[in-house]
Amino acid sequence: MGEINIDVNYLARVEGRGALHVRIAKDGKVKDLKFRIYEPPRFFESFLIGRRYDELMELTSRICGICPVAHQITALRAVENALGVEPSQQTKDLRKLLAISAHIQSNVLSMYFLSLPDLMGYESIIPMTKDHLHIVKRGLKLKKLGNDITDLIGGRAVHPVTAVVNGFTALPSKNKLQVTRKRLKEAKQDAYDTVDLFSEIEIPDFKRKCEHMAMSDPKEYAINRGRFKSTEGLNVDEMNYRNYISEEQKSYSTALHSHVKNRDSFMVGPLPRVNINFNQLSSDAKDATKRSGVKFPNFNPFISHLARAIELVHNIDESIEIIDRVPLKKERDEITCKSGFGAAITEAPRGSLYHSYELDNNGIVRKADIVPPTAHNALNVERDINEFVKNILDLPLDEITLKCEMLIRAYDPCISCSTH
Amino acid sequence: MNEKPKIAIFKFTGCAGCQLEFLHLEEIFLDILELFDISYWVMVKRDNDETGWDISLVEGGISTPEEIEEIKQIRMKTKFLVAFGDCAIGGCIPSIRNWTPQLDAESQVYRDTSVIQSTKVFGIGEYVKVDAILKGCPAHRDTIVELLKSALLEIRPRLRQHPVCVECKFRDNACLITSKKMACMGPVTSAGCGAICPSLGRECEGCFGPMSNPNTSALASIFKDLGFNEKDIKRKFRKYAGMSPEFRKEAGH
Ligand code: SF4
Ligand code: SF4
Ligand code: SF4
Repeated sequence: MGEINIDVNYLARVEGRGALHVRIAKDGKVKDLKFRIYEPPRFFESFLIGRRYDELMELTSRICGICPVAHQITALRAVENALGVEPSQQTKDLRKLLAISAHIQSNVLSMYFLSLPDLMGYESIIPMTKDHLHIVKRGLKLKKLGNDITDLIGGRAVHPVTAVVNGFTALPSKNKLQVTRKRLKEAKQDAYDTVDLFSEIEIPDFKRKCEHMAMSDPKEYAINRGRFKSTEGLNVDEMNYRNYISEEQKSYSTALHSHVKNRDSFMVGPLPRVNINFNQLSSDAKDATKRSGVKFPNFNPFISHLARAIELVHNIDESIEIIDRVPLKKERDEITCKSGFGAAITEAPRGSLYHSYELDNNGIVRKADIVPPTAHNALNVERDINEFVKNILDLPLDEITLKCEMLIRAYDPCISCSTH
Repeated sequence: MNEKPKIAIFKFTGCAGCQLEFLHLEEIFLDILELFDISYWVMVKRDNDETGWDISLVEGGISTPEEIEEIKQIRMKTKFLVAFGDCAIGGCIPSIRNWTPQLDAESQVYRDTSVIQSTKVFGIGEYVKVDAILKGCPAHRDTIVELLKSALLEIRPRLRQHPVCVECKFRDNACLITSKKMACMGPVTSAGCGAICPSLGRECEGCFGPMSNPNTSALASIFKDLGFNEKDIKRKFRKYAGMSPEFRKEAGH
């Protein structure tokens, strides 16, 4: 065997601009491996200084167009933690519905648009419309459902506007929520079909035991709140995140790389969530998992697609539950500014997202610290590829390359986020 | 008709929200694929054709030396170049940092700034000729459709010039400035969103950028009368379009 050089200069079907370079020596040892993120940095943590606490949801929303809701809710909760504000149950419920809608949209995008073409042997979803129109249509329909719910609760699908500190500026109408409820019910079969699709489709057989991490709450499938837990025993209050997680700059990447202090890289995202919070999934989601025949906890990163599909079933169920209980009463309390530090972690579609702010007496930001899911995952992606590539060296180079890309896409990296 | 028009979608310094807005055209997505050949779109496709395009939608501002080179290349290979969203028009939210010295911004985030290649962020029009702009953060779906339709018909797209207030009046909203003393940017902001925010109890923050010939100083003095201080007012204008000639005075130096 000769030397092998894998070079992908602009990774396709991921958000943002990243590359992959792997050098493998004649003896099969990986000599050099770079998941090189070269997306231009935007310096949010710099220009947020001097901005007001009530602008943060709006400004940080622009970190990412695929998961704006996650940034909005994380910013709002970090500010509320700084001000000592506890929002009402209704606000928590509507935020959860908003967050879930964004998960539906983003996870469907990842499964159907970004990764399915690999698994079915196409360059993109566009040529799939010829041979698999019903699958494409199902993807479009499910994605639209997620978008329409974000639109209904938030006022617009990309960068919604109604969620503010301690409440919402407007509530959805009862009628429209009922129409949505009906659509959710109808979508359930599509969600099951999605689970079937991703449990039947062939994925690479690969396993690497690493630390998986997610927000967790005994009472619900955690998205917007909980404790930050890992499969290696970490159990952290969000306010103390920085005592446990560090970041390091790599000269070849504009995204910082996270690791657990005095430990190694870790994984966040749908697979860690299902692994850690399986008990909190809806009973239909659990049944669908059983039918898939795949066992959790699972440490094959390619199972992330199936985890997204399982979450889709759960997300539909939980959306319906929220619609059935939310009272929709008008409420909104005034807020008083005070100085303080607040941190929050939520589950963005791609995994745990951290924001923290230091505010002065007038509610002006003095310090901001943001760690998106893809910064959490970047080092773990490299660790995975390092292992994975060794198993596939007897394939032709273009197939090795495609398989490595597929592994990256299983993480569904959001590169703009990572270089905020 | 002969060949389908070729479309390219590019990403520069931005958030991908405008590309997402394009993808959110689910209902007509299959029709778009019938009528156009989307030949370059790295976020969606693995095989991308770089030979040239009839229409290029460019999302994101320009903030690195490589991006300057790339946008010039794209211009040369494009018949009709569109600044797709506020970032491509004038830098949008990331342009807030243009008021911070570059090295301060860099060292706030990176320990080793020597490996960071970054300049202030500008719209693509700073470097190349732009044939049309789609305002908004994100650009609105309807304007994307309007642009695509007019491309097929080979006519100029009709894109709006009046302020958000006009759309707000159409929706019968009570004005937030007069009724709630909120600092609404509607009077100086370009229409196009359908007055989303004031219809949902929230002031317009100006995410469609300036309308043509806005009276910004009049609005700034109204904000002052409502009790907002100079810094608050600066923050309002130094947001989605602080670098624009229309907002530059109120955005400050
Ligand atoms: S204009 Fe707004 S939505 Fe579009 S890329 Fe820029 S920040 Fe994102
Ligand atoms: S609420 Fe805002 S957009 Fe509506 S009329 Fe008043 S100033 Fe104009
Ligand atoms: S009302 Fe203003 S801030 Fe809201 S979406 Fe429209 S232009 Fe943007």
